[in-house]
Amino acid sequence: MTLGVVMLVHDAFDRAEQVARHWVAGGCPVVIHVDLNVEDATCKAFRSRFEDTDRVLFCKRHRCEWGAWGIVAGTQSACELMLDRFAQVRHVYLASGSCMPLRPVEELRSYLAERPRTDFIESATTADVPWTVGGLDHERFTLRFPFSWRRNRRLFDAYVEFQRRIRFRRRIPEGIVPHLGSQWWCLTRQTLSAILQDPDRPTYDRYFRRVWIPDECYFQSLARSYSVNIESRSLTLSKFDFQGKPHIFYDDHLQLLRRSDCFVARKIWPRADHLYATFLGGDGTAMAIAEPNPGRIDRIFSKAVQRRTQGRQGLYMQSRWPNRDWENGITAAPYSVFQGFTELFEDFEPWLASVSGARVHGHLFAPDRVEFEGRSRTFQGALTDSAAMRDHAPQMFLTNLIWNTRGERQAFQFGPISQQSIDWMLAKDSNAQISVISGAWAVPLFLSNRDFADLRKDAAWLQKVESNFLNVLRSPWTKARIRVWSMADFVQNPVEPIQAILQEMTDRSGPPVIETPRMHDLAGFGQFLQNLKNQGMHPYLMGDFPAAPPPLSQTPKPRKPYLVK
Amino acid sequence: MGVWQSYKLRIQRRRWLVRAFRKRRQLSVVVDRTNQIARSDILVFSTFRNENLRLPYFLEYYRNLGVDHFIMVDNESDDGGPEFLSEQPDVTLYRARGSYKRARFGVDWLNWLQRRHGHGHWTLVVDPDELLVYPFCDTRPLRALTDWLDASSIRSFGAMMLDMYPKGRVDEVPYERGTDPLAIAEWFDSGNYTIQRNHIMGNLWIQGGPRARAFFPTDPWRAPALNKVPLVKWNRRYAYVSSTHMLLPRGLNLVYDEWGGEKASGALLHTKFLSSFADKAKEEMQRKEHYANSYEYRAYASDDSPDLWCPWSERYINWRQLEILGLISKGNWA
Repeated sequence: MTLGVVMLVHDAFDRAEQVARHWVAGGCPVVIHVDLNVEDATCKAFRSRFEDTDRVLFCKRHRCEWGAWGIVAGTQSACELMLDRFAQVRHVYLASGSCMPLRPVEELRSYLAERPRTDFIESATTADVPWTVGGLDHERFTLRFPFSWRRNRRLFDAYVEFQRRIRFRRRIPEGIVPHLGSQWWCLTRQTLSAILQDPDRPTYDRYFRRVWIPDECYFQSLARSYSVNIESRSLTLSKFDFQGKPHIFYDDHLQLLRRSDCFVARKIWPRADHLYATFLGGDGTAMAIAEPNPGRIDRIFSKAVQRRTQGRQGLYMQSRWPNRDWENGITAAPYSVFQGFTELFEDFEPWLASVSGARVHGHLFAPDRVEFEGRSRTFQGALTDSAAMRDHAPQMFLTNLIWNTRGERQAFQFGPISQQSIDWMLAKDSNAQISVISGAWAVPLFLSNRDFADLRKDAAWLQKVESNFLNVLRSPWTKARIRVWSMADFVQNPVEPIQAILQEMTDRSGPPVIETPRMHDLAGFGQFLQNLKNQGMHPYLMGDFPAAPPPLSQTPKPRKPYLVK
Repeated sequence: MGVWQSYKLRIQRRRWLVRAFRKRRQLSVVVDRTNQIARSDILVFSTFRNENLRLPYFLEYYRNLGVDHFIMVDNESDDGGPEFLSEQPDVTLYRARGSYKRARFGVDWLNWLQRRHGHGHWTLVVDPDELLVYPFCDTRPLRALTDWLDASSIRSFGAMMLDMYPKGRVDEVPYERGTDPLAIAEWFDSGNYTIQRNHIMGNLWIQGGPRARAFFPTDPWRAPALNKVPLVKWNRRYAYVSSTHMLLPRGLNLVYDEWGGEKASGALLHTKFLSSFADKAKEEMQRKEHYANSYEYRAYASDDSPDLWCPWSERYINWRQLEILGLISKGNWA
């Protein structure tokens, strides 16, 4: 008793010959079906190469086109010939010219010999599998598909649409439950002959002739009617990508294929000389009889599909340029934006860097230059501090910065003096943690030594810009994590808010005892605001600061550093 | 895109093809080995001027990737490069007389030659100072890539230019003919590129890198474009529009995914910044045959031998490094 191999071949004839001879050398007769699309001369030349052996036969040729009936017809002819001519064959293995046995044929034969009545054919009902590409699952069986998907895509689509419109449905023949599965199977003589010799076969053939991709459902459905013992999996390792075409194996997959313990793999690149030499070179080093375990290969290929369909979050590059709102995450990693903190506290940046461990920049979007940490001229990824270059593409500047520093949290200062062109981006980015002390821009004005008329003008402008930014943050499209305090509220109790921010930044549950940074001396700030008011400019974002100095009975104690527990 | 728009682009494509047809008179064949070209060969097309220093390594590099034939256009070189090329067994050499600039920086000549010899082939259009890197290029030949592109029904493959530079002054280490230029110019900028989309042609406009950083810090919009589509399954109806930055029909420019995913892409390692750079810049300044009135070269020439290196420069290792940095992508090729 042995195994027979049916090979479907349409190109790479050298490799097909090599594989066929390998099967024969392993004691398996081979029947080859050559696509009718192949030129006669080529086919003849190919046939003549096997004149030295009677273990390789050629069957009647059919025209094979992807998704059409020809492949099934070819398989049928080949199988009939196989069963007819090689009586000792018990299992028939369907393979293609670009399939390659990974383990010695002897091992496959003994594996099958131990399971003499098992049919290895992946078959599942349409409702249960998410494989189908292009949205046709059950409709494959209920519509008609007379037009080629490859050559007449428009007609194909239009005709499908038309049939849906008029609610056309084909009747599925009695006794058939549609099943789908991998085209590459291994069936017992009993099951296969039952399928091929069924008196109703003409009915079934007529039906499946107009089903979409019959090679993935003809045998899969019929085997369900006859088989006594179906193992619903394919012995051929074959992975499909998101377009439904098989992944290809190259020389650098050697170790992966070795460790997969699969019997046969598809599809091998015809020029993968190293793979062919290794697996067909045939020292036949027997591996332990192991069950196939394609887990690692699965992972690699599913990762590849994910890379193609979802990409890397926050990356913008030559082959990933998502349309707006299709970014799948605007930036690559969480980061923190602080507005009003450097203005209110002395040395806020070094303090924040020391307690949070994050990389703390100054005003990245300052009008005159980019204030990287330590005010360095360049930064990760060779970003420079040129304001002109940043403003050339401010959003990409930020996405680049966050992408370049993956693995390290970034924090930067923002404010009404900054370039505002990224405001919407910040608001819509769920990675942004934005903390705003509104009105704190007035502190530097208050501390500065400038003409009041100029200060008044600046204050009016800054307030307008900040209120604009706050409106953006309040929009319904906002996804960022946002905290806004008026300055008056914040100075009342700065500890709690800072603690909350830090906790979120560092992801620590029990923060250590730390010192808050020192606040600028705000004595006289209320009067400063009152002066602005008196000049007709109404500062409201900072909340309510009483203009009068506190009564004498409450002489202000020297300010102690706050403690955060 | 409306019917009118696509009609206009069609007219434009026709115009470039007619122009290429007219410019064919400037080309004369020096050595013709095109009868060696087999049906599925991968072809390289390149124009050059006084690149004798780089040509040996250029040929070696692309032969190793599995390129079958080179179609080279010599624009009035006088350094022995053409003589060297005419002795190579897999090179077809043309000589182009006339203005490089008026042939739209060589595009017209190559459009013509590609139309003539490239139809049905995978064609790679690169300058002698550009080395193509693509995913798995250390283990899989170029043919593996083009076969995969064919199987995936993809007609064009994007590869952005990545400017490579040495550490220290550009002229510090002299480049020796036939050696690997990446041994000297081994640094690059990893993450300062900006992208804009050209809505008419559909391509991305990429700028940045050391040239933008060092030469155009105050007017970055003038920095050179880095996006390129050098590898195309050519059809005689195609035409490059401006260098290899974009081509028509515009579907070929869609080498990026718009729905969040990543398509496969590579990089052209641009080894312009070698010891020969300063002379070249001076010469090109005088010829005034380069893009935008040689603005770029004027910027270079003002700095005789620039040092492009900065503390955040990245040292080139291999394609995997570029993949991790997000400069190229494997897409769904695994």
